[in-house]
Amino acid sequence: MTESILQDRTGRNTADRVQAGLKRRYAAERRFRIYGLISILTAMGFLAALLTSIAGNGYGAFLQTHVRLDILFSKADLDPGGTGDPAVLRQGDYDALIKDALAHRFPDVTSRADKRKLNGMISASAGFDLAQMVADEPEIVGTTQRIWLPATGDIDVFVKGNVSEKVPETERRIKDVEIGWVKALQSTGDLELKFNTRFFTSGDSRNPEVAGIWGAVVGSLFTLIITLALAFPLGVMAAVYLEEFAPKNRWTDLVEVNINNLAAVPSIVFGLLGLAVFLNFFHLPRSAPLVGGMVLALITLPTIIIASRAALKAVPPSIREAALGVGASRMQTVTHHVLPLAMPGMLTGTIIGMAHALGETAPLLMIGMVAFIVDIPTSPLDPATVLPVQVYLWADSAERAFVERTSAAILVLIAFLICMNLLAIILRKRFERRW
Amino acid sequence: MANPSEHIVKSYDEELKHLNSLIGRMGGLVETQLDGAIQAVLRRAPESAEVIVKGDAQVDALETEVGALVVRLLALRQPMAVDLRHIVSALKIAADLERFGDHAKSIAKRAIAISQVPRIPAPGLDRMARMVQAMIKDVLDAYLEGDTNKAVKVWRRDAEVDQLYNSLFRELLTYMMEDPRNITGCAHLLFIAKNVERMGDHATNIAETVHYQVKGTKLPDDRPKGDDPSFTIAEGQG
Amino acid sequence: MTRHLELKTAVMDKKTEDRSEAALGNIPSTKISARNVNVFYGDKQALMDVNLDVNAREVTALIGPSGCGKSTFLRCLNRMNDVIDICRVSGEIVLDGRDIYDRSIDVVQLRALVGMVFQKPNPFPKSIFENVAYGPRIHGLANNGEELDEIVMSSLERAGLLNEVKDRLAEPGTGLSGGQQQRLCIARAIAVSPEVILMDEPCSALDPIATARIEELIDELRANFTIVIVTHSMQQAARVSQRTAFFHLGSLVEVGDTVDIFTNPSDKRTQDYITGRFG
Repeated sequence: MTESILQDRTGRNTADRVQAGLKRRYAAERRFRIYGLISILTAMGFLAALLTSIAGNGYGAFLQTHVRLDILFSKADLDPGGTGDPAVLRQGDYDALIKDALAHRFPDVTSRADKRKLNGMISASAGFDLAQMVADEPEIVGTTQRIWLPATGDIDVFVKGNVSEKVPETERRIKDVEIGWVKALQSTGDLELKFNTRFFTSGDSRNPEVAGIWGAVVGSLFTLIITLALAFPLGVMAAVYLEEFAPKNRWTDLVEVNINNLAAVPSIVFGLLGLAVFLNFFHLPRSAPLVGGMVLALITLPTIIIASRAALKAVPPSIREAALGVGASRMQTVTHHVLPLAMPGMLTGTIIGMAHALGETAPLLMIGMVAFIVDIPTSPLDPATVLPVQVYLWADSAERAFVERTSAAILVLIAFLICMNLLAIILRKRFERRW
Repeated sequence: MANPSEHIVKSYDEELKHLNSLIGRMGGLVETQLDGAIQAVLRRAPESAEVIVKGDAQVDALETEVGALVVRLLALRQPMAVDLRHIVSALKIAADLERFGDHAKSIAKRAIAISQVPRIPAPGLDRMARMVQAMIKDVLDAYLEGDTNKAVKVWRRDAEVDQLYNSLFRELLTYMMEDPRNITGCAHLLFIAKNVERMGDHATNIAETVHYQVKGTKLPDDRPKGDDPSFTIAEGQG
Repeated sequence: MTRHLELKTAVMDKKTEDRSEAALGNIPSTKISARNVNVFYGDKQALMDVNLDVNAREVTALIGPSGCGKSTFLRCLNRMNDVIDICRVSGEIVLDGRDIYDRSIDVVQLRALVGMVFQKPNPFPKSIFENVAYGPRIHGLANNGEELDEIVMSSLERAGLLNEVKDRLAEPGTGLSGGQQQRLCIARAIAVSPEVILMDEPCSALDPIATARIEELIDELRANFTIVIVTHSMQQAARVSQRTAFFHLGSLVEVGDTVDIFTNPSDKRTQDYITGRFG
């Protein structure tokens, strides 16, 4: 190693010179790795902070304060004629039953103002629940049942400890007298936090204690199915045509540039387009997942086309040559060999597009999916809302109890996304082939 | 060599050059061997003849070296076309030169024997030897320069050697008929002349090889030849 | 399909003719005849006035430095260049008396007659069986499963691969070694029973033993197929071919018997190329 060819003018040989720089090089490498680690940790930290804050906020929404009351389904009030006719039963004043039960529980409340407060402790929707019970089981009329009824949002918020007693009475919605009742109920075990099944099974409501996410979930599901059914075949076909069949000339260049541009167009513009074309011109139903899906299909189409083209480009040309070489037509080459190989990439692109569509809010506002809809949609033509819009709606609501519901809705949205991504991974693994 | 451009792989060129220099050295060596042998015959100098006999080992060693180099080139370079012909030709030329050297050696051996019998004047022998010497020199030049014209000229000159051999044959025949005591010397001289004539043939072989090497084609079969001595005998008797 | 059959029978007649001719005089018959072939990639001319005859049941090697147009010429023979938009071919290439660039010739039909083996072994990411069965299947060469099995087996046999893979026909073709993959590709090509097999540097990715096997295979296939092979290895061209064509800068410089080309080429450019004097 000390031979002349390896020596520079100063007499040091290559090995020494390399040695001298080695420390610096390794240090640079270590620094680079540390930067990478730091950025990943930062990103994960933010994500964890976001998720914990949402989960911390939203966790409460999975529980709901319920009050147990002895409800007398008085025959005189509900079914004065004794006919048992469901139409008559439906007409009954169930709110009065709750009022009676509360008056029975707290006999010393007499003033009108206090009575109104006392009655306000139970959700306004509780009457509907009782009506439903009677409709399901008419024989309970005339009996007394111990029933857990949802408390109103204000009580719920207090019970979950989100409002402190130390705040001056004038600055909180729940007054001292109500706190007294709550404590009284708690002491006898008649007030409890129970798992909030209603949140997962019912639609939206003005009353936070009974508002549920299921309507939005179904709306999202319908919307995504429509989007997938439209965007995937269209996108794949377009990509295959552009990549495998279209001649490379100015026109296809133009189309390509436009597709790339479309991918960058703000989604609200697509919403306006949907409003103008689908609603105003074709008169499709407003607020329907059908239209939402069509608009979202337009938004995801460029993403799918671009991803599919990339996947097609990644298929080694040798496979095409092999197929053409044995005399397959171009169509056979594509359907037998190229598409199966490009499918994992296409699916990945599609799922990314769908995840994007799932989170899209703005364009749906334009076509009326922001409406307040209580019913669970049963078809893509029913008015519906979607998860992100639901989040937006609840985030905008005044009631304190909606705060935690907003977070819970976000959690559901994230769970939905994770499921979709899992599905994508499974599909990709199934379709993936080595070559 | 004949090719103006050089190989991309320089060491290949160097090996080919080395091959040429070996052939050149062999050529020079056999030339001096021939010269020395003939001088030993003419000057009746058995001592210098001994030197020539021993010198043949050098020629053989060179031939072995050429053979080894050719095998190496064939194995490692996979020569094609002109290179292939060049390398194969070198092997053939080396073989010819080795035979050439063998003839010089047998001449030298006979020079020792002939120095013990009465001198017989054989002026043609010297001329013949010079001619063959010139031929071998020219044909090796032709080889080294890739000059086919020169090679063809050498190839044609062999006829003269044959003619000289014929006349020498007749001359020696006459001496033997004149005086039977000359027979031993004349017989030796006849063999020496035959050796020289064979050397001429090797020179023409080399000329043919050079032609094949450069042009890739054979020279025509009808080489101009002098009279065959066997017919001379028939003539002499008849 | 009917057209395909027509051509096929026409070709068969020609074949029997060829055979008798060969038996009589041992004169090689011309299988493919290229006349004044020019190829342009956009404005760039890749081939200039190439005139080349390929003899039936012979191996013709195309040699030359990279970018000399030998692969381009090879790809003209089964119109593989059609796939490239900017590629334009003029002149005529006659296969068994019919111009393959004529409108009456369908390119799919042509490729069934002129098979191709590529530089990099490119089996489909499917099973070994499916790889070979694909061609016969798309061309409808087998009437039932048994016939298809037979075609696959005999193709693998002829490609010298059957013994190595007969127990694992269902395994992916991509799991074979490089040389086996290339022989699988050859089996795939001959399964369609083409007239001509084009090989584009079939051994460039293989080790010498695998190469030797392919070369032996080429030599065997010569009895039934006309083979045109592009190779970068002059030794390979010398070993496998009967005729060699030397391309340089888009022109066909010299074509002749392989023995002549490699011992005494007539053109100086050929000489310089095969002796390693320019790159």
